[in-house]
This record gives sequence, C-alpha cells and structure tokens, in this order.
Amino acid sequence: MNSAKGRSLWADAARRLWLNKAAVLSMAYLALMTAVCVIGPYFTGHDFSTVYQTYVRVPPSIAPYPQADAIEAELNESLKRARVEVKGWERKEGRVFVTISADKPVDERTVRYLDRSDAFDGAKVEEKSADGLTLTMSAAVSEERFLFGTDPNGRDMLTRTFVAGRVSLAIGLLAGMVAVSIGVAYGAFSGFMGGRTDEVMMRIVDVLYSLPFTFFVIMLVVFFGRNFVLMFVAVGAVLWLDMARIVRGQTLSIKRQEYVQAAEALGVGWLGILTRHIVPNILGTIIIYVTLLVPQVIILESFLSFLGLGVQEPMSSWGVLISQGARNMDGAPWLLIVPSFFLTSTLFALNFLGDGMRDALDPKDR
Amino acid sequence: MKTWLWTALLTSAALAASLSLAAAEMVYNRGANGDPQSLDPHKTSTVEEANIIRDLFSGLVVHDAKADLMPGAAESWTISEDGKVYTFKLRKDGVWSDGSPVTAKDFVFSFRRVVDPATASEYAYIIEPIAGAKDITAGKAKPETMGVKAIDDLTLEITLNSSTPYFLELLTHQSAYGISEANVTKFGADWVKPGNMVSNGAFTLAEFTPNDKVRIVKNPKFYDAASVKLDVVNYLTAEDRSAAMKRFEAGELDSNNDFPTEQLTELKAKLGDQVRISPLLGTYYYIFKSQKEPWSNPKLRHAISKAIDRDYLAEKVWQNAMFPAYSMVPPGVAGYTTSTTDYAVAAQLDREDEAKKLFTELGISPEKPLKMELRFNTSDNHKNTAVAIQDMLKPFGFEVTLLNTDGKTHYSYLEQKGDFDVARAGWNADYKDPATFLDLGKTGAGNNYGEYSNKEYDDLLSAAASEADPAKRMALLSSAEAILMRDLPVMPLLYYSNHSIVSSKIKGFEDNVMDIHPSRFISKE
Amino acid sequence: MVKYVLRRLLTAIPTLFVVVTMSFFLMRLAPGGPFNQEKGLMPVIKANLERVYHLDEPLWKQYLYYLNNLAHGDLGPSYVLPDFTVAELFRVGLPVSMQLGFSALLLALTLGTFLGVIGALRQNKAADYAVITLATAGSTIPTFVIAPLIQIYFGLTLKWLPIAGWNNGAFLHQVGPVLTLSLPYVAIFARLMRGSMIEALRSNHIRTAKAMGLSDWSIIVRHAMRGALLPVVSFAGPAAAGLLTGSVVVETIFQLPGVGRYFIDAAINRDYTLVMGTVVLIAVFTILFNLIVDIIYGFIDPRVRYE
Repeated sequence: MNSAKGRSLWADAARRLWLNKAAVLSMAYLALMTAVCVIGPYFTGHDFSTVYQTYVRVPPSIAPYPQADAIEAELNESLKRARVEVKGWERKEGRVFVTISADKPVDERTVRYLDRSDAFDGAKVEEKSADGLTLTMSAAVSEERFLFGTDPNGRDMLTRTFVAGRVSLAIGLLAGMVAVSIGVAYGAFSGFMGGRTDEVMMRIVDVLYSLPFTFFVIMLVVFFGRNFVLMFVAVGAVLWLDMARIVRGQTLSIKRQEYVQAAEALGVGWLGILTRHIVPNILGTIIIYVTLLVPQVIILESFLSFLGLGVQEPMSSWGVLISQGARNMDGAPWLLIVPSFFLTSTLFALNFLGDGMRDALDPKDR
Repeated sequence: MKTWLWTALLTSAALAASLSLAAAEMVYNRGANGDPQSLDPHKTSTVEEANIIRDLFSGLVVHDAKADLMPGAAESWTISEDGKVYTFKLRKDGVWSDGSPVTAKDFVFSFRRVVDPATASEYAYIIEPIAGAKDITAGKAKPETMGVKAIDDLTLEITLNSSTPYFLELLTHQSAYGISEANVTKFGADWVKPGNMVSNGAFTLAEFTPNDKVRIVKNPKFYDAASVKLDVVNYLTAEDRSAAMKRFEAGELDSNNDFPTEQLTELKAKLGDQVRISPLLGTYYYIFKSQKEPWSNPKLRHAISKAIDRDYLAEKVWQNAMFPAYSMVPPGVAGYTTSTTDYAVAAQLDREDEAKKLFTELGISPEKPLKMELRFNTSDNHKNTAVAIQDMLKPFGFEVTLLNTDGKTHYSYLEQKGDFDVARAGWNADYKDPATFLDLGKTGAGNNYGEYSNKEYDDLLSAAASEADPAKRMALLSSAEAILMRDLPVMPLLYYSNHSIVSSKIKGFEDNVMDIHPSRFISKE
Repeated sequence: MVKYVLRRLLTAIPTLFVVVTMSFFLMRLAPGGPFNQEKGLMPVIKANLERVYHLDEPLWKQYLYYLNNLAHGDLGPSYVLPDFTVAELFRVGLPVSMQLGFSALLLALTLGTFLGVIGALRQNKAADYAVITLATAGSTIPTFVIAPLIQIYFGLTLKWLPIAGWNNGAFLHQVGPVLTLSLPYVAIFARLMRGSMIEALRSNHIRTAKAMGLSDWSIIVRHAMRGALLPVVSFAGPAAAGLLTGSVVVETIFQLPGVGRYFIDAAINRDYTLVMGTVVLIAVFTILFNLIVDIIYGFIDPRVRYE
C-alpha cells in the first residue's frame, strides 16, 4: 500500500474517484436528479394527483393548453352536454365570447359547463335575447402547461414523474440499506465467530438461496400490499444474502491479520473488534454493493408494477409509470419515453458510480 | 453452427410451404383474453371455456348467432300446464363423435354428475330448479333422487321444484350440457383429454396446450355438419391485450374478444368497423357497507351517486367501452323493464346541485370532510375509475383513499364480510334473466357483500320466484329493482360492453348482449 | 469427484425440505383461496370443492399429505386448471421454457463474453464505451419494454418475425423471445467479463507470458480468458436456473406456453399445488446449477479441489 505520502486509504480513494470523469458526472447527475425529484413538484404548477378532465392523454408541449386551434373543439365538447347549439364564438383580450341557442329557453346555469372545462375560467352570462332562446356568455381562457403531457387520467406527467422518482429512489435506498444492515451484521458475525456457528449460519444462507425469490416477493406484496415502505423493508430483508456471503469472506481474512490478533490479545472484546477493525475495513465493499443493489431494487419494483403489484394510487413510481407507458406505447409514446429516460439515466449513473467506486477502492490497482 | 442454421431455415421454409398448402382449409384463429381452465362442461367457470365448450358440445337447447334460443340435441319439447314438467324429444340423428347415439340416458347421467358433490361443479346451481338438485349438491340426498328421467332412448323428462319460466335459458349454459356416459366410464377423469373426448357439437377437440391454444376441428358426424363452414378453429390465448392487437394487425388473429380500450380512438381510426362495441349483460358497481355508519344512510349514498359523472367515466376513463348505468339490471332482457334511479335522465348539473344540497344537509363540506376508503381489485381500469371518482368527490368534501389488493384477496375479504366503506364489484349474467342481478341484494346472499337487508325486497323476490306467469314475474322483479334503486345499497356505475376486434374477413359474428358467437355460424373469406 | 457430487446431492434433500416447508406455510398465510372469485361461490359448492381437494382438513394434515405425495413424486392436481395435474403442466411447459432459456443462455454467454473481452482490450476507448453503454442499457431497460418494441419493429414494421405465439416451436417464433430473454444477461455477462478481463490482463502471469513473446491471441484466449471466466461462470449458475424455468414477462407478452407464467399466475390464483410445484422446480434447478457451476470451476481453475 502506498502510504509513504501519508495519505489515508480514504483520501486516496476519493482522489482516484475524482479523476474518474464518468463517476464524477454520475454523482453530479444523481445529486441533480434527487434534487429535481424532491423539489421539482413544488415548481411545476400542478399537483401530482390533480385530474384535468379536459386534458386526458395530451402530448407534451411547450405551448400552453388549450392550444389556439383547440378552443373551438373544446367549446363544442363542453357545451355538448347542455344540449345547445353553438352559434359562433370569438376571442377578445384573453376571454372567449360564445353565443348559443336552443329550441327551449337556455338555462343560465349552462355557464357552469364552461367553468367545468379546465380550459375556461370565470364564465358569466353576457347577454340574453328577449325570448331566452339565445345566450351569449364569456369566459377567461385558463392556460395550463404540460411539458411532458398528461397521463390516461389527465394528470401532469412532469409532476408525476418527479413524485414517482421520489418513491423509486426512496424504495431503492431503503431496501438497499435494510439489505446491507442485515447482510453486514449477519456476515460479520458469522465470519468472526467462525467454527460451528459460522457453518450453521452459512447453511441457513444456502437454504434461503434456493427459495424462489419472486415467490417470496409476491407473498410479501400480498401481505404488505397496503404499505409499500413496509413492503420494501421486507424486500430488503430478502436481498441480504449476497452481502452476508461477501462480508463473511472478508471478515474471515481480516480476522487473520496480525493487528486484529494483537487487539484480541490485548483483551478488546468481540464487539469492539467488529466495530473498530472489521467493519471499517469492509466499508468499501459495502458501498460498492449498495450502488449495485439500489438499481436492482428499482428494477424489481418495476417488475412488480408490470404484474400490477406496484405502489398504490395516487402515488406512483417510475416502474408504475413505465408499465403504464408500455401499454400505451402506440398511441401515447411520451408516457413510456419520459419515465424510461428518468429511470434508465438514473440507473446508468448509479452503475457508473458503482464502477468508479470499485476502481477507486480496488487495492490491487494501487 | 452453420448446419444448425441451415436446418432451421429449411424447416421454416418447409413449414411455410405446408402452411400455404393448408390454405385450402378454412381456419379461424380466434383470440381469447384468457386461458380456458377446464374443457369438462361440468367443471367450467369462465367465459373463455364457455365459448369453446359451446363449439364442442350441443346442449338440449342452444343459442343461435344472435343468442336467441334454438333446438339443440333436443328437436322439440313440451311443457306441462303448471310449468313444472319438461319433456324433451331428442333428435334421432344425434350421435357422439365416435358414432354412438346420443341418448336420454346420457343426459340423465350428466345432470346427476353436475350436482354430485364429488364433481364439485362451480356452476351446480344453474340446474338448481330441477327437483332434488339442491339437496344432492348439499350432500343430503343421492344423485339418483334427482328429477330427471329417461322415458326411452330419445325421451327425457325433467321435473322442476316449481315453475321456472327461464329454465330453457338456463339449459343453454354449458354446465347443463350432456356428455357421453360411455366415454366417461371408459377414461375416467382423463376423458377430457384430446383423443379421448367424444362430443356432440359442431367440432371435436384436437389439441389443448395450456397457455397456448385449443385446436378444434369440424365434426363430420354433427347433425347439422352440412351448414358448418369452418374446418378448424384455433382458440389462441392472448392475455396481453397490446400484444393481441399487434397479432391482429399482423393477421395472426382473426378476432380477439378484448382490446386495449384506452387506445380506442387510435384503433378506430386504424381499423374502422373491425372494432366492435355493443352492450353486454353486465354491471360494474360499487357496494356500500350498508350496516355501517355513515354509509347506512340512503341519503348519503344517493348524494354520492349523484356527484359521480358517469358520462365522464364512460367516455373518458373507459373510452366509450362501457356505458353509463343507472340501474342494476342492464337493458336488453326481453320482457323486462329496468327500474332506474329517479335522476337517471337528469342533467349532470342538476344532479350535482342536488348532491351539494344533500351533502350540506348531512354536514359534509370541504371544511368538514368525510373520509372514505375505496377498495378495488388490482387492474388499470379499476384504478383509473377509482382515481376519477376520487377527484369528483373531492370538491364536495370527501377524502377518498384508494386501496387495491389482488383479486383473490379482494373477493375473499368481501366474502368474509370484512370491514370496508365502499368496494368495487362487477356482475355478468350467465343467462338472460334479471333475477341473477337482483339476487345480489337478497338478505344473506353470498354475493351481497354490503349486507343489505330489506324484507319488502326479499318478499318481492320470493314472490317472483314462485310466479308462473312470465309477465307478472317480470313486473314483480321490476318493482324489486325499484326498491333496490331507492335504497341504493349498491351503486351501479357502468354497464359492461362486449369489446372485440373482428376481422372484416369473418362473417356471421353477430353482436349480442350475451357475447355469444358459436363458431358453427361463422365463416371466413 | 463422484463422491463429492453424491454428497452435494444428499445435502440438497434437507435444503429442499426446508424450502418446501417454508413455502407451504407462507402460501397458506396469504389471504384468499383458490376458490375466491368475482362471482362468489355458494357456500355448499365451495365446501364441495374444498372437500374434493382436501382443503377442508387441518393444515398440518394437508402438509403431511403434500410431503407424502411429494416423496412419491406426485405433485398433485392443479386447482385452477383441473384438466391437468401439476406434473402434466410441467411436461408441456418445461420443454418450451428450457428450449428458450437454453438458447438465450447460449447467446448471452457467447455475445456477453465476446463484448466483455472487446471492452477490456480497448479499455477507455470508443469500443469500450460502446460496450459499457450497451451493457448498462440492456440491464436497465425493463424486458416488458423491450419485448413490445421488438414486436412493433421486427413484427409490424419489417415483418420479419411473427408477433407472438409458439406455433410448436417454429424457429422464427423463438427469435423475439430469445432476444428479449438474453439481452439483460448479455449485459451482465459483458460487464462481468470486462471487469475480470481487465484484472487478468494486469496480472503477473500475463505480463510474464507477454515477456516470453507469446502471441496476443494466444495470451488472451489461453491465459487471460481462462481466469477471467470464473466470475462469469459463477453468475451463469443462478442465471441458468432462472432462464430455464421461464420468464413471466416474456411468456405473457409473446404468449408462450412455458412454465414461467405458472409461478406468478398460480401465486395470484392461490393454486396451492401449482405454486408448490414451481417452488420445488425452481429450487431443484437452483441447487443443480450451483453444483454444475462448482464442477465447471474445477475444470477452469486447477486450484479448486473436491474433497
């Protein structure tokens, strides 16, 4: 090990990581993604669960809705229910003036049909003919922007993608943490104790390996379906097997190192040795493993969403959005492209970061 | 590696050649949105297998292309004055596909088999009106005590408990079909396997690969074989609706009994008349927990019902693949007048004004919101419906939380009368009769998940059950439905529709409220 | 060697037993049963069904029945597909899944290791970045997105491939499913191979070989690749077990009669015997392939000995 310049292992690793452009970019990207997902929904101007009945499955657009050529169609659509005829309309200073007529006197409440449309606001009666058969009303055009379009329920995809990102990232981190905590505790303990205990503990891991994982997860969904946090804690509790094996192996080899044996001889207790010597030494492996595990959990969540076992409405996750998008890819490709881009790019970044960390911490390379 | 590739290419070329040679045969590739579970008529439960069994077997009476009754294995029948005894005359030329005659004894055997507890038929209740059937299913009597008798080889006499005007309609259900006693005796449980099974319908079973296909071929011994045009029908499992659409576009499927409704607009533009939507006898509804505060108040139930814009649900959420519903029994049962809620024809504006008023009287407002939990079984469309309703109720002061569980959990929870506020359910008719829907509100009925109980309603239903005159019976049922719609323990939202895609090459596929399309009337250009 | 294999197979029996026991009781803890459905069954009829399948008896008795039947090789009837026994369903479905899974595994192994080697030899050059990008994309895009894309592009646009269906295993019908199945594995194998190959190329014995003037190809193939294959092989075990027992996504979208779907369908339908059958099947495959991997290890890495 190159410690001549007095650099610690960590400073050395950090320096190496810093030189890896892909890893640094990935880190920045992940930080940006997290920030956008956490803060973003407050600035999109839409709530993630608000339904715009007028704008169901509209494509992404920089120009606000309703688009100029869509106003007439929207007027007809919203007044269709009132069973009246639209005589004509014009747009003046941000307001729309529309004249309608019917065989029977027109009900003044008809203005509410205009208000009901998400395209119009503050509708009021302007003028009524003497016989009551013709009515002119006006309404402000209310503009809504959907940069990423809307989903099949008429909800803003931009906001939903951000909110879904929070869920996906949280699930990944949470399950990752749970898996790592269990795995490290189990593996370190098993390796440290050695002998009979180690043998029995590793035998249990072997048995659990043969349990079909999907079956386990589906049962967990059935049990914890109402609470996705609990569910992914449970998923994490299933994913710790690899971690336990890796940590055990490393613990075994560290335990044989002279300084550990010296500490033991000095009367340091097993807990002290574990926390002071063994865990810090395997921290590198753990960090790498987390960057590999988080994507795994996010993909698993998307698989569950494909089976219809994902997060509960109105919450969403990238997996839920993608599986919805996969079903709509013919008519509404943005429903697939938007969340796929977010998910894939995040996983990309996580992968590069993981690779970078492995290279940075790899002792053989030093 | 290279030889392997060559072999593969050659085989596929040979395959293509054999396919073009076989083109002389008329093959109908019929997509089904689910796998058949069993081809034993007495053990079936799903629509997919009903379609196949209808092609394989011929009941005493059957449905024609329009789902109207026509003679099947029986060429004629008489009904006694009191409506209790049916005497069927089997056709003389009726034979099983192995050439042996179809006899009255086979039908006696079959009816006994359906109600026998050892068969454990899910649809044993279809022929419950037959004397003794109920006790046999419950294990209280021997199958031999059933009211079915073979007078001679071709005469079958069925005695009912009481007059049941829709009995013939019941007999069109696949669980009332006859199977060959000799065949079942010979092969035991394996009689349903291809090669073993003999049947008396227009087709015989050639192949059944689970999750793949059921291939049936024309039965030359069928009594009306001359009019059957198709040589082969492949029932192909196409569970993934988007994939099924692509198969249809590529010509791999000639029809499919489902399509992704969310793409209706695009599909119609692309496929035109090949997209078919027509009413079906089925209702999509929400159940209120009737015995629980505050849902026990009919006023609240009606206010909620009025606040829900069903046109929006039908047009936007379901893309017109469902129809707005204001009654439990869908329209389309001949002789029956549906009783709707009194606001069925009102404008949505008026309904909402009334709802607002009712909610104010009940003290519900955005400042004093009411919490409501909505349970539904996992599905995209159920989810979208629930989300839309959640949004519709929000301005009135409702905090609706959604809870979806997988189908098995959902229905076992409801069946065990678990606690809930509002839950989703659906009901499709197995036979054309209003009673099948109205029983959902009968006190103590298994599917009365909201535990609604009203003596007046129960009395009307039982009066209808013992009424021999069909017209009077229908009137009684109609007034029962009026009570159900007055109390609204179940809130009808939408009527189901058939939504299928049928290639323009397919002829004789007629839309009807039962979604029944026997292959014997279908041909392909 | 034979002794080693025998011992491993013997220890598999208690493992299987624990797996079966855990799964059996876990499955039964789930709410609902095989006979709950939208149209609730009449209590009398449901009772009849449960009697026919012994579901009315105490759970421990059912468990013992199941163990006893299993010991005699009987996996029981399917509740949801009553025309078939679980064994019959496997007899039809397993060959399909195995055929697809084997092709996909072969493709993934060859293409994956090839790409990995290319990446390692051209480390941090354009070809390497292409490999990394492809590999990452392959493992991050869900299969339920790839499959419909293949259907649209190769099926509808180019009309090279049929959209879906098995058609008794016709070659063209297998292309789409095999591609979809293998893509994520190509990605993983490429990543693993690239990583271990880079490490192997830096190791001392390769440097020695180079110094001795051995040709590049001989170094790569004979020396570097051999050691670098180890992590690939150890991942290939679980991968093979997973691929050969089918994939629910691919089988649903391409409408194939494999066994992968039974697992999910049966769990959702509470088809207890079919669920247990698939659990046993997957456990057996996992144990078997881990054993095979360990044996292959011995051939590649002479340091491993079987005692």
